[in-house]
Amino acid sequence: MTEKTSGDLRLTGVTKTFETFTAVDQLDLVIPRGSFFALLGPSGCGKTTTLRMVAGLDQPTIGQIWIGNKDITETKAYQRNVNTVFQSYALFPHLSIVDNVAFGLRRRKVPDHRRKAMEALELVQLAHIAAKKPGQLSGGMQQRVALARAIVNRPDVLLLDEPLGALDLKLRRQMQIELKQIQSEVGLTFVHVTHDQEEAMTMADTIAVMNAGKLEQVADPATLYERPTSTFVANFLGQSNLLKASVKSRAGGMADLDVHGLTLRLPVDRLKADTTELWLGVRPEKLRLVGPVGAGDVNGAGRTADNRLTGVVIDASFTGLATNYLVRLPWGQEIMVVQQNDGTRPAARGAQVTLGWAPEHGFALNASQDAHAGAQDQADDSGAG
Amino acid sequence: MRWVRAHLVGIAGMVVLSYMLIPNLVVLVFSFNKPAGNYNYQWQQFSTDAWTNPCGAPGICDSLGLSLRIGFIATVVATILGTMVAFAISRHRFRGRSATNLLIFLPMATPEVVMGSSLLTLFIAMGVAPGTPTILIAHILFCMSFVVVTVKARIASLDPRLEQAAADLFANPMQTFVRVTLPLVAPGIAAGALLAFSLSFDDYIITNFNASPSSITFPMFVWGAAQRGTPVQINVIGSVMFLAALVLVATGQLISNRRNKVAV
Amino acid sequence: MVGQLVEGPVTARLPRRARRNYTPYLLLLPGLAWLVVFFVVPMLSLFSQSLQTGNVETGYVMTWNVQTYVDALSRFWPHFVRSLLFAGTATVLALLLAYPLAYFMAQRSGRWKNILLVLVIAPFFTSFLIRTLAWQTILADTGPVVAFARTIHLTDLLQLLHLTSNDSLMNSPFAVIAGLTYNFLPFMILPLYASLERLDHSLIEAAGDLYANPAQTFWKVTWPLSLPGVVGGTLLTFIPAAGDFINARLLGNTKTVMIGQVIDSEFLRVQDYAVAAALSFVLMLIITAMVAVYVRRAGTEELV
Repeated sequence: MTEKTSGDLRLTGVTKTFETFTAVDQLDLVIPRGSFFALLGPSGCGKTTTLRMVAGLDQPTIGQIWIGNKDITETKAYQRNVNTVFQSYALFPHLSIVDNVAFGLRRRKVPDHRRKAMEALELVQLAHIAAKKPGQLSGGMQQRVALARAIVNRPDVLLLDEPLGALDLKLRRQMQIELKQIQSEVGLTFVHVTHDQEEAMTMADTIAVMNAGKLEQVADPATLYERPTSTFVANFLGQSNLLKASVKSRAGGMADLDVHGLTLRLPVDRLKADTTELWLGVRPEKLRLVGPVGAGDVNGAGRTADNRLTGVVIDASFTGLATNYLVRLPWGQEIMVVQQNDGTRPAARGAQVTLGWAPEHGFALNASQDAHAGAQDQADDSGAG
Repeated sequence: MRWVRAHLVGIAGMVVLSYMLIPNLVVLVFSFNKPAGNYNYQWQQFSTDAWTNPCGAPGICDSLGLSLRIGFIATVVATILGTMVAFAISRHRFRGRSATNLLIFLPMATPEVVMGSSLLTLFIAMGVAPGTPTILIAHILFCMSFVVVTVKARIASLDPRLEQAAADLFANPMQTFVRVTLPLVAPGIAAGALLAFSLSFDDYIITNFNASPSSITFPMFVWGAAQRGTPVQINVIGSVMFLAALVLVATGQLISNRRNKVAV
Repeated sequence: MVGQLVEGPVTARLPRRARRNYTPYLLLLPGLAWLVVFFVVPMLSLFSQSLQTGNVETGYVMTWNVQTYVDALSRFWPHFVRSLLFAGTATVLALLLAYPLAYFMAQRSGRWKNILLVLVIAPFFTSFLIRTLAWQTILADTGPVVAFARTIHLTDLLQLLHLTSNDSLMNSPFAVIAGLTYNFLPFMILPLYASLERLDHSLIEAAGDLYANPAQTFWKVTWPLSLPGVVGGTLLTFIPAAGDFINARLLGNTKTVMIGQVIDSEFLRVQDYAVAAALSFVLMLIITAMVAVYVRRAGTEELV
C-alpha cells in the first residue's frame, strides 16, 4: 500500500456512445481501494452503463479502465477480477444455492471451494439453505445469495447494480446496514449504483453524482449535502430553496447579497472572486420560525440567526417527525421549511411568519444553471425568483 | 341450472376433452375384443388373446422395430442439427437471417404429399433405390424444422443476464455455454426431441413415398392392415403407446414442476 | 484525493471494430445443407418435373409444357375446392372446440391444469392412424353412436346438409370432417393455451369493473389478446389438413376425394409425374398465398 494509486479503480476519459446518443461522456474517476463508493443519479444518467464497463460486460468507445497499474480495458469480463451483484440477482435456477456461490471459485479452480462457499453463506446468514434452489427463496434471501456469490471471490472491485431496488422498505433499511457492515468486515472496494439518494448517503463513504453521462460532483455525503456545487446536486440530494441574489459588497469574511430588495448574508468563502449573480441556497431544515430579532435568537450552535425572511404559510403538513411548511415569500416564490417536532406549536395555514437562518448554512450556486435541475418531482411552483 | 351457467366453460371444455379421448378409449376397449372376421369394428366377446400374444400378427413386431430404430436415429440427428440452427438464429446476427427463418418454416408449411413426392423424384433422379436410408433422410428433414422452432422458443425465454452473470464469475464462453446455457435450454431440446420422435414414428405419407416392400414401418403396416384386415394386436400396441405417452408426459410435468417450485 | 483528475496522458482510442464472427455460419451449415439438398432441390426438381412431358416408360423431357397445369387444374379443380372447404371447416370447428378447453385449462383449472395438459398432449403421441381407424368403429352403422344420432334425428339434419352418405355416418363427408377436426385438435389447443395462459386475469376483472358483461369482455379483451394463439393454431391446423388424405381415404368415399389423394394416386398409381408435380405445386402456392395474406392481416410479425 505504498503507492497511492495501487489497487485503486481508475476511469480515464471513459466515453460510451451508442448510435443515437452518448451514455457516458469523458468520465474521469478514481475510486480508492477499500472504500464504499456510490454512483448516484437519475435513470438514464449513465451510471449503470459505467458499471457494466467496469464489469467488462460493455466496452468503452473511448477511454481506459485501470485497477492499480493494470489496464483492464481490453480484458474480457471473465478475465477480470471484478464481480457484480445484479439488480435481478441472476442466480442460476438450475443450480443449488451453494453451487451458485461456488460457481466463480470453481471456474478459477480454487481449492476447497465448497468450504469457502459455505463461509460466504454464513457471512450472509444463509448457511442453512445451502441445498435449496433459487426458485424456493424470497427476494431478500436471493439478494443475499447474490452478494455471497460475488464476495466469495474476493474481487478487486465489487459492483452492486441497484441491488436493493426490489425489496420492501424495512428489508431495504436492514440490508443497507448489513451491506455496510460486510464491506468493512471484508475490506473490499464496493461500487454501488443507485438512484436512491438516501440509500447512497446512508451507505457510501464517497458519492459520485452523475447526470446525463457526466459527473456533477464527487464528495463525501456531508460535503455533497451541505456544499453542493451545482443546482442538480442541490436538488437531487434532499431539497433546496434557491433564491436569486446579486453581490452588493464583501467585508470581513461576510458578503452582503441583494435578494429581491432584502439584504441577506453569506460567508465570502462560498463565493468565487468574480461572482456577481448567484443562486443563494438554503436547506429547508436550516430555516427556523422565529419572532422579531431579540435575545432568544441565538441558535443551538451559539451563532446568531442573522438572515431573515417574512412570508405567509401556504401549507403545513405534520409528518410526526416534523412539520413541513410551504411558505410564500413577498415576491411570490414558495419555499420549503422543515421544522422538527420539538414541542413548539406549529404555525397554521395563512399565518404570517418570520424565518431565520445562520448565514453559514447557505451555499452559492452558479446563476446560469437551471434552478429546477435534479428536482425529483417537477411540481409547478411560481418558479425560482 | 345456475350451476351449469357458471361452469359453462368448464363443461364445454370437458366435452371437448372427451371427444379427444374417446378414440383412445375405443382402441383400448377393442383391444380386448375377439372379432369374428378380419376387421375389428364390432364387439364380439371379451378376450385377452391379443394382449398375451402381441406379436401374433405377422410382420407387426418387425414393423414396430423398424419404426423405433428409424425414430431413434432420426430424432438424434434432427435434434442435433436443429439445435445448432436454433442457436445460430437466436444468438447471432448474420446476413440472410430472415431468409433462413423462411427456409426453416417452409417444410412445416408444405403438405406431406408434396414433400414426400418431391423427395421421391430426387431419389429417382439420383438413382437411389427407396428403402430405409431414404426414409431416414426424409424423416430427419421434416423433423428438423419442428426441433428448431421448439428450441428457439426455449432460448428466447432464457434470461440473458444469467449468461452475463456467468461471465462475471470467470466463466469463458465455452464454460458459460456448457454450465449455464445448455442446462437451461435442455428442457426445450428434450421437448423438441420428443416431438421429433413422435412425428417420425407416426408418419405415413412421406414414408410411403420413400419406402420399399422390404422396409415396412409401423404406420405402413397399419395402413396395409386397414385394407386387408385389422388384427387386434394393432389395438394392443396403440393402447400401450397411449399409456406410455401418458406416463412420459406426466413424468415430464412432474420434473418441470419440481424445478420451478417456489417455497413460501 | 478523491475525485481528482488523473495525472498522466489520457490516450483517446479509436472506437473498436467488431470482430468477424464465424460461429453462426458453422452452426448453420449442417442443418441448412440438409434442408437445401433434401428440400429445396427436390422442390425445384418437382417444379421442373411439372413442366416436362413424357411418361415412365419413355422417360421425361423438359419442354416447358405449361399445358400440364391447365389440364391438371381443369380436371381436378373440384378436388382443390373440396380440400380447402374441408380443411377450412375442420379448422373453424377445431377453433370452436379448442377455445373453451384451452380457456378452461389456462384460466380456470387451477390444480388440474397439469393433468389436463397431459390428457391433451398424450393422445397426440399415439399413432394417429390407429386413432383414425377407431373412428371407423365409432361411426360404424351398427354402433351405438349412430343409433343415438338416428334417434335424435341428427342424421336427418346432416343428410339435409349433404354431409352423410346414404343415411350412413361412416364413409361420408361428415366422417371426413370429424376425423380432420379430431386429428388436428391438439395443434389448435396448444398454441391457444400458450396464448391464454399469458393472459393476465386482472384484465378480465378490470373489464368487469368497467361495466362489460361476459360477452363484451370476451370480444373486447380476451379474444384480441389471444389472437397470436389463434393465428398459430389455425395455421398449424389448416396447412396439414388441406393436404391430408388419410382421413379422406379411411373415413370417406369416392365422392369425398381430396387433393392429397389425387396427388398420391397420380404419383404412385397412375404414375403421371408431370400432372402430380403440377398439382403439388399449385397446392403449395395456394397454401403459401393464403398463409401470407392471413398472417399479414392478423399482424403477427414472426411465425417461427
